[in-house]
Amino acid sequence: MTMTQDDLSIADPKMRASGVSVFYGEKQAINDVSIDVGTDLVTAFIGPSGCGKSTFLRSLNRMNDTIAGAKVTGTIELDGEDIYAPSMDVVQLRARVGMVFQKPNPFPKSIYDNVAYGSRIHGLASGKADLDVIVERALTRAGLWDEVKDRLAESGTALSGGQQQRLCIARAIAVDPEVILMDEPCSALDPIATAKIEELIHELRGKYAIVIVTHNMQQAARVSQRTAFFHLGTLVEYGKTTDIFTNPKAERTKDYITGRYG
Amino acid sequence: MSNPTAPTDWKAPAMQKRIARRYAAERRFKALGLGAVLLSGFFLAFLLFVMVGNGARGFTYTHVAVPIDFKAMPLTIDAARLDDPDADQAIASAGLADIVAFAADEALGDGGSGLISENAWKEVRSEIKADPELLNGKSVFELPASSTIDIAAKEGAKGDLGARVDALKRDGRLSTGFHWPFFRNADATDPAVAGIWGALKGSVLTIFIAFLIAFPTGVLAALYLEEYAPRNRWTDLIEVSINNLAAVPSIIFGLLALAVFINWFGLCQASPLVGGLTLALMTMPVIVIASRNAIKSVPPSIRDAALGVGASPVQVVFHHVLPLALPGILTGTIIGMARALGETAPLLLVGMRAFIGDVPGGICSPSTVLPMQIFLWSDEVDRGFVEKTSAAIIVLLIVLLSMNALAIYLRNKFEKRW
Repeated sequence: MTMTQDDLSIADPKMRASGVSVFYGEKQAINDVSIDVGTDLVTAFIGPSGCGKSTFLRSLNRMNDTIAGAKVTGTIELDGEDIYAPSMDVVQLRARVGMVFQKPNPFPKSIYDNVAYGSRIHGLASGKADLDVIVERALTRAGLWDEVKDRLAESGTALSGGQQQRLCIARAIAVDPEVILMDEPCSALDPIATAKIEELIHELRGKYAIVIVTHNMQQAARVSQRTAFFHLGTLVEYGKTTDIFTNPKAERTKDYITGRYG
Repeated sequence: MSNPTAPTDWKAPAMQKRIARRYAAERRFKALGLGAVLLSGFFLAFLLFVMVGNGARGFTYTHVAVPIDFKAMPLTIDAARLDDPDADQAIASAGLADIVAFAADEALGDGGSGLISENAWKEVRSEIKADPELLNGKSVFELPASSTIDIAAKEGAKGDLGARVDALKRDGRLSTGFHWPFFRNADATDPAVAGIWGALKGSVLTIFIAFLIAFPTGVLAALYLEEYAPRNRWTDLIEVSINNLAAVPSIIFGLLALAVFINWFGLCQASPLVGGLTLALMTMPVIVIASRNAIKSVPPSIRDAALGVGASPVQVVFHHVLPLALPGILTGTIIGMARALGETAPLLLVGMRAFIGDVPGGICSPSTVLPMQIFLWSDEVDRGFVEKTSAAIIVLLIVLLSMNALAIYLRNKFEKRW
């Protein structure tokens, strides 16, 4: 599938993937994907189940490293730096490219400790007062501060599902990442919690480059400016969200958008 | 029925019969389960009843009041020597044993010295050491009875012996009370002075050594195998070997320890050190297996979360995986330790079945352990040891129960819900 780069108008991409393929042992999950992620944009990956969108997302901060037998070829660059180069420190990379997972996964610790964890291990705070500021700022940005400010010592797992997911976003924000990867962040949430997360994504846009994988096409249309459609491990179409949804170029994209499969 | 479009006839006799059978199966299963629980409850109650019934008497001992007049029978010893380190020796060679025997004959009538324990004079000796003034006058000593009299006094007896005990009781010379020496002394040939403390301390030291070695190695091995080791033929081999080790009969570990620790390394025989090393070998596979299961049950989403904010693998393990797996690891460890505490066979081979008359001073002094002491006492001819055996069993059970209680406490304390 040929793609025209000019209509994307990303002059200085935050992340650039070129010719990326991902293998799980013998099985090829992603085949020759090239994509640019813009700094001030929300990029959505859509596609039917098993199309490889989550796999691709996880290769952007090398979370695939934890899966035995996973292999990535091609290059993925963060600010022009190859993240699979031997000189790249994985731990630092993951602090710069944060991740929010499908199922809310707060640590079974207090709300405060959940948010403070990243700053603690990276030594970002120079004292308790400093850490308090970081925690408050992250929780405020995640839109959770007013709900939890009086119960910071309570366990993060005692929150509702939507609050837990916002806590996880706060935890990712707290280390001041440059990119936030979200792997179907609303698939385990009810519509009201989903709306809150989407609102949050709007607010975070511009502060971080955001990549979101979603099953929900309406969600992609609502929150993103760029959309990539994956099918069977290949990138079928990538463009402005409005173009993809109103005027898809590829037949497969059109069929998926109109609900013929997926 | 054969018509596929007809609605199911739930009232048909065949259907009713099937439903009745289902309910019967349900009732049968419940009855069987309840029966199993009741049976094990009955056995437990029976065990406790018998043990406590027999063993409670092992904690008490009968004493005979014997007046000794040191004015009439002076113990010729220099008062200054009573503070010397060799005071025991000095008093013994001054002939205290004869004086006590003579006093007993005098006070209790013919054969009176046979009614008190042959070690009774040692009791007098320690009282004299504590208060040398006793040597200047006449005082009444509560001396441990011989084991025959002790049993007769507690259980009743017939014939001459019974008459003798009754006479002593009438004179108010007999008293039965809590027997502290049982918790102060080590093994002895005389039930009047034999105690459990030597074996208890030996057990505690042995288990401590075993824990110190088996817990860190076991947990680290499990962490490595679960979190770091690549999945290949070698790790499979290691896994199978560890599982097999856990099933090896314990006496084999005893032989191994004899060959390696004693013959090769030349470590001190019959000591808590070697015993502990032996039990550590035996317990480590159990700890590895329990720890691996506990680590496996930590949800992968927690690992992802920690990796996702940039934690290194070691930080993931020590900040998240280990704390969450700890309740399971501790439960497994304590159950393994409890098993080791009750283990006798491997310790036979490293020499811990010897008669040890002294309380062990350190991890390298000869010692025995509780189950071994029970085994040794159950073999004794003297009837006085029957109740000592039961008493020792009670002590062992109390130690085991408190370890299990600790396991439950720790599990509840560290358990986190999410």
